[in-house]
Parts: sequence; structure tokens; C-alpha cells
Amino acid sequence: MRARERIAGNVASYVDDRTGAAAWMKKNLQKVFPDHWSFMLGEIALYSFVILLLSGTFLTFWFDPSMREVVYEGSYVPLQGVEMSAAYASALEISFEVRGGLLMRQIHHWSALIFMASIVVHLLRVFFTGAFRKPREFNWILGVGLLTLAIVEGFLGYSLPDDLLSGTGVRIAHAIIQAIPVIGTFLAFFAFGGEFPGYIFIPRVYIVHVLILPAIFLALITVHLMLVWYQKHTQYPGPGRTEKNVVGYSLMPIYMAKAGGFFFIVFGVTALLGAFASINPLWLYGPYTPGQVTAGSQPDWYMGWLDGLVRMAPPLEPVIFGYTLSLNILIPGIIVPGIIFTGMALYPFIEQWITGDKREHHILDRPRNAPNRTALGVMSLTFMLVSLINGGNDLIATAFDLSINQIMWFSRIGIFVLPPLAFIITKRLCLSLQRADRELVLHGRETGRLVMMESGEFVEVHEPISAEKAWLLTQHEQNAPLELADSDTRGVRRPGLLKSKLRKRFAVAHAEQVAKPTLTEVRELEEH
Amino acid sequence: MSSEIELIKDPGLPEHKLRQSDVDPKAADRAERQVAILFALSALGTLLFIYAYLFIPTDLFVFIPLMGEQNIHQLSLGLGFAAALLFIGLGAVHWAKTLMPDHEVIAYRHELRSPDADREEFVKTAKDGAAAAGLGRRSLIKRTLGLSLGLVGLSPILLLGDLGPLPGNALRTTSWKAGTRLVTDPGDRPIRPEDLEIGAVAQTLPELAPGKDHHTLNDIAKDAVLLIRLRPEEFNLDAERLSWTYQGIIAFSKICSHMGCAVALYEQTTKHLLCPCHQSTFDVTRAAKVIFGPSARPLPQLAITVDAEGFLIAQAPFNEPVGPSFWERSA
Repeated sequence: MRARERIAGNVASYVDDRTGAAAWMKKNLQKVFPDHWSFMLGEIALYSFVILLLSGTFLTFWFDPSMREVVYEGSYVPLQGVEMSAAYASALEISFEVRGGLLMRQIHHWSALIFMASIVVHLLRVFFTGAFRKPREFNWILGVGLLTLAIVEGFLGYSLPDDLLSGTGVRIAHAIIQAIPVIGTFLAFFAFGGEFPGYIFIPRVYIVHVLILPAIFLALITVHLMLVWYQKHTQYPGPGRTEKNVVGYSLMPIYMAKAGGFFFIVFGVTALLGAFASINPLWLYGPYTPGQVTAGSQPDWYMGWLDGLVRMAPPLEPVIFGYTLSLNILIPGIIVPGIIFTGMALYPFIEQWITGDKREHHILDRPRNAPNRTALGVMSLTFMLVSLINGGNDLIATAFDLSINQIMWFSRIGIFVLPPLAFIITKRLCLSLQRADRELVLHGRETGRLVMMESGEFVEVHEPISAEKAWLLTQHEQNAPLELADSDTRGVRRPGLLKSKLRKRFAVAHAEQVAKPTLTEVRELEEH
Repeated sequence: MSSEIELIKDPGLPEHKLRQSDVDPKAADRAERQVAILFALSALGTLLFIYAYLFIPTDLFVFIPLMGEQNIHQLSLGLGFAAALLFIGLGAVHWAKTLMPDHEVIAYRHELRSPDADREEFVKTAKDGAAAAGLGRRSLIKRTLGLSLGLVGLSPILLLGDLGPLPGNALRTTSWKAGTRLVTDPGDRPIRPEDLEIGAVAQTLPELAPGKDHHTLNDIAKDAVLLIRLRPEEFNLDAERLSWTYQGIIAFSKICSHMGCAVALYEQTTKHLLCPCHQSTFDVTRAAKVIFGPSARPLPQLAITVDAEGFLIAQAPFNEPVGPSFWERSA
């Protein structure tokens, strides 16, 4: 033990003599992180990214990103003698000839899906708890950027094997590019090196998929994490937790063991899926040819909403001054997603504008205590869900014996009706939950014990809740809506009246709430 | 004071609860053994992985209840790998949860904002730096620098110029010409009208031009044509479009006018063509008029007839671009 300690000490001192790292390490090894299961969602995304890098690197050793035509001579009998691209042939080789290749392909695809899912759920957690508020607006924007890149990166990876399914996806991406007004045709010819599908697209996609985007990812993830580290993590409300402190456990040893262990758990679960759950069996689809298609062509789920929007779009394609404007592609393929993602990125600033709140926030909101925000989130989710359902309308039609036209009409109407409905219901639910919290604090917990009074009346006995619980239910701030004067002090109407009216309406809607109980009220009730 | 509303107070951090392994050395020893077992299971997983990689034949299939015929090589590799990883993780987390100190620690946040003095000093340093460089005074340098930086940004954009050719006429032309025979895909056999029964569908391509030995994907992406034979009286076409059919055989571009997928589904009873990608539905009897879905244009119809030898040929090239729309399409 003594010898080992001496060696470790010598190494550490050698490094510190040259870097001065000890001072930094001393402080940061004791860094405190709050503990909550929902804080692991971002961790899953991070670990999936590492798994993607590892499994993806393995795949590059065999994958040949070339559209050169070859005749398949591998061991998969049904495709022997078939003409296909070298890319598809090498994807088959990885699946059938390379030992562990199929496992790695499946791990790569599964971890891509887990990566996307964990990003989305992590984003929802951040949104619904208000973790994006000052000082974390930059990190929110970085997160939205990472989500967007992840969708693109996933789609490119899906396109690489050049099987019939992925080629169909590329065909659709090509049509979206080509639909862009004025420059679309040129962009498509530049991206594909000529006409669709051409001979150069897969190699180009490959270098973007394995080098350019991963490098950008690495940079953005690093900044994302450094900001989390530097700004310190948010924490859920609770006894002893304030805006000024962080209550949790230190990095060394608790989080080293927990987070390190969690990486292995995520990797292990992904490997388990790769071992048992077949994904993208591309040998069944055959090589891509533009003259064929598989029935039930489906993108991966994170593109499904986009596909669903494209499917439900009205057949609008006006010719204006002799030029074709493909609104049936532009609206669902570019305009609506553009609005959604821009709105999402700007949301922290929009909310700040509505509330006028410029303070730092480190204690998370319970979603019910921000009814407007929560309702907005559920509204957006409902929009996405309707789109996603329509993206699988052919599968749903087959599975439930419905007509595809019915599902399409349900979606076309539902996309307008259901999100606002979801907003109203969610907001009412949040306010009801606030009311329930209020009842709980004022009247205590229902015990389920019935007592018969002298008059013969039955009454349920209520028990007061703990001081900790009462604090949790009442710790949140309740602010009045922002006061905005219509005119300045001299009675002159302010410029931008419409804007200020709008802001006022939003502010009032945002501040709608059930008054939280106070100690005074509790005491008053006790006296009765 | 009494009129002021009093809020419920923060009772402070709850008292720390000791775990079983904190108070009972036996429980701690038990936890240690559990962690050790988990790590040992991981080691076993790696051994299974090594064994599967080296010794289980890649083509060994065994029936497993509920899962059917399974490739044992693949399954053992995956299972071993998953176990090796998963049990390390479970062991580490169990260790942290049962044996490592779980006293909550409080750290304090400090304001992120720099003190005012620092901010002022920063502004001064930046201003002094700019002044020292003379950016404000020497406007000639400023302007020429702006010009050269702006121009140098152009060269990388220009360098991308050879990524692709200009579109030219490419989107308006296909291999179909007047007199081009329709041939089967696959097989490249010319087709006689009598080869098609009523209600039949056939996928065709133009016969290969002399000197070409196969259809490239670029060609297929524009040339693919569907032949459908109906009873002539089932058509609901104007005289011109009717003259483009031959004895009830009608030919459409197979490339969807929406986003270019192959319009591959034909429903015989309704005589509808359906694109499986976005469900645009076309009525064959009315020259592929769109009756449902997002496509805004019918599938282009190819005028066909027969040549002297009785094989189906194109009367003329397509009279409009095939496939998805583009900005200059109607120009």
C-alpha cells in the first residue's frame, strides 16, 4: 500500500508540477450535484452519443460508401447475383460476414433511436420545469441546436446503407430540396452532383455523417456540459433548498460511481436491444432502385412527424408568374418545422418578455405551478403526436382495418382542433392541481378513517401534512402579471400599443393561478 | 404585524436517515458481496462473448421457445456483450447506493455576473485596445480590411461550384422518344398488347439505346412507366388522351408527381393508383387525376401505340416533366 501510494503521489506531483491541475481538481472533485431521476435523461443522451461514436467507428472499418455498381456474391443467398451499390453490399457484408458486425449495426441503430428519444425527453423535462430560465438560455438554444442536428444526423445515417427503404427516404429529401423556391433545382443538382440519384451522394453523405456533424456535436456537447458545470445544476424545490444553494452529493466518489456505472447500464441495455430486437433488417428490402418501393415505407420515429405533416398537406401547387411554388411540400417540409424549431429556440426570451422577469432561477418549477407554460408544452406535444400518427397512417390503417382516408381526415382536422383543446384541458388540470395542493395544506391529508358524529353524520378524519410537504406545496412564487401602462406619465399613448396590449394579455394569461395557502390561513382554520 | 400575511416557512433540510448498511456491519458485508457478484457476472459475460466469437459457428441455428429459430452465434455474442457491460454498471451503482457515504452536501451558488469594477475595467481594456490599434481613426485600413475579408469569404463558396452541374434541360428530358419500344422491367422484353390481360399491370422501361447495356438508376428515376389495361369503355378521357391509349392500355410515369416515390400500388377494383410514401391517389380511368392526398398534379401520361411488328411503342416523348415539382417547371 505504501509503495502504491508513493507511485501515485509521484505521478500526480509530476503532472501538477507541469499543469497546476491539483487546485482545480481539488475543488471540482467535491463539486455537488443534486440528485433526481430526471437529471439522468441528458446523461442517457450523452452516453448514447459515446456509444454511437464507438459502434460507428467499428462500422467504418468495413462500410464502403460508394455507389459503384457491384454484383453481390456474399453469403446471403436470396440476393446472390443481384446488382447493387457497393455501399449496400458492404452493409450486407457487415451483417453476414463480419463477426459481431450485425450486433454492432443493431447497437448503432438502437443507440441512435435512444439518443433521439433521450434528447426529446430531456428537452421536455427542461421545458416543463422551467430550467431554461435565466441564466440558462444559451444552453437551451444549444440544446435545440443539438436536437436539430441529431435529426439530420440520424436521417443521414439511415440513408447510408442504400437499401430500398433508405433510398426512398433520400428520394423524399431530394424532392424537399428541389421544392425550395428559386434556388431549389440548383441546390438539388449541387447536392447530388447532378440528377437523382447520381453517383456521388452516398460518399458525400458519409463524410458529413462520420466527420463533419460528429465534430460539431462534440464541440456543442462540450460547451453544453461546461455551461452546466459552471452555472451549477438546477434543483427541484424542497425543504432546505434555496436559490442560493445546491443540495446533493459530491462528484467524488458518489457521482463517479453512479454516472460511470450508468454509462455501462445504458451501453448494456443498448447491447441487449441489439442482441434481441432486430432493427432495420436491410437484407429484406433489397438494393435501392427508383422504380420500386416497399409498401409501408416508414422513416424512423423522429422523422415520422415530418412525414405525417407531408402526408396530410393539401394538394397546393400554384404557378405564380410562370414559376411553380410547391406549397404541398414547402409548408409541411420546411415552413412549419421552421416555425416550430425557431419558436422553441426563442421560447425563453418570449417567456421573459411576457413575465418581465430578469432574475436568475435555480429552483425548478413544478409544472402545475406554471399552467400556461405547461399547457403550451402539451399543446405542442399534441401537435407532434397527431403528425406522428399520420406519419404511420398506412400501418394504422392495416393494423386496425381503417381506411387511410379516414385517418388522413382525422389528422387534417385534428391538427387544428386537438392542440388548442389540449392547451385548455392542461391549463384547467394545472389549476385544479393547484387547488388540490391548497386543500391539502389547509385541511390535511385524507386518512380514509370515517368517524360517526353524535348527530349520526359521518366525517372523514383529516391529518395535517408534514412541514416538509407543506413547504414543498407552497414554496413557489406567485407573481402578479406585469403592469404595463397604456400611456406614459403625461398621458400620451405609448407607441407600439398593439404590442403592449398583446403583451398584457399574455402576461395575464401567464399569471393565472390559484392563490397558495399561507400560514395565516392555516392558523385561522385551526382556530375554528 | 398581525394584519400581515405570514407564509409557510422552510423547515430546512430533513434529518438524514441512516441506511441498513450504515448501522449493521452484516448488511454492509452483504452489500459488498452483492456488488462482487454483479462484477463477477460481468466477467462471465465477457467470457461468453469470447467463447461465442471464437467457437460458436456463425451459421448455427437453434429453436428457442417464444423466439423461434435463432442464430446462436449472434445471440451469444450480444448476450455476452450486454451482460459484460450491464453488470459493471449495476455493480457500480449498487456500490454507490449501499456503501458510499450518502450524507447530503450543501454547496453555495455565487452570482454569475462579474463585479461592476471588473466590468468597467473590461470595457476600458477593450476600448483602449481598439484605440491603440487605431481602428476608429484610420478609416482607410478599416474599409479595405472589410473589403478584403468580405471578398476572401467568396472564394470558398466559389470553390463549391463544381459540386454539381447546372440543371439545364435534364429535368425535362427522359429516354422516351417517338417510336421507343416499351420493354418489361426486369427482362427487357418488348411487349405486345395481347401480353396484357384486362386488369393487368406491368412495369416497363424504354428499350435500351444502342450501345447501352443496362438501365442506370438515373434513367430509371425518370423513365419508369406503368402499363395498365382496362376495358376501353371504362375510360373517362377526352379525345386526345383517349388517342394516347391503345386498346384499353394506358401508360403513366411511375414516378410520383408529389415527391418522386414509385407509385407502386394498384387497386384493381377501384382502378386507383396509390403512392405508398404519402398516399397520393390517382384515378386511372381519368388520366391519373389526383383524387386524394398531397399531390397536386396527375401522373404524366405517355402516349402509346404499336409498331409494324405489333410491339407497344411511345407515340411521342412525355409532354411534361416527370417526377416532383421544381421552381422552373412551368416556365
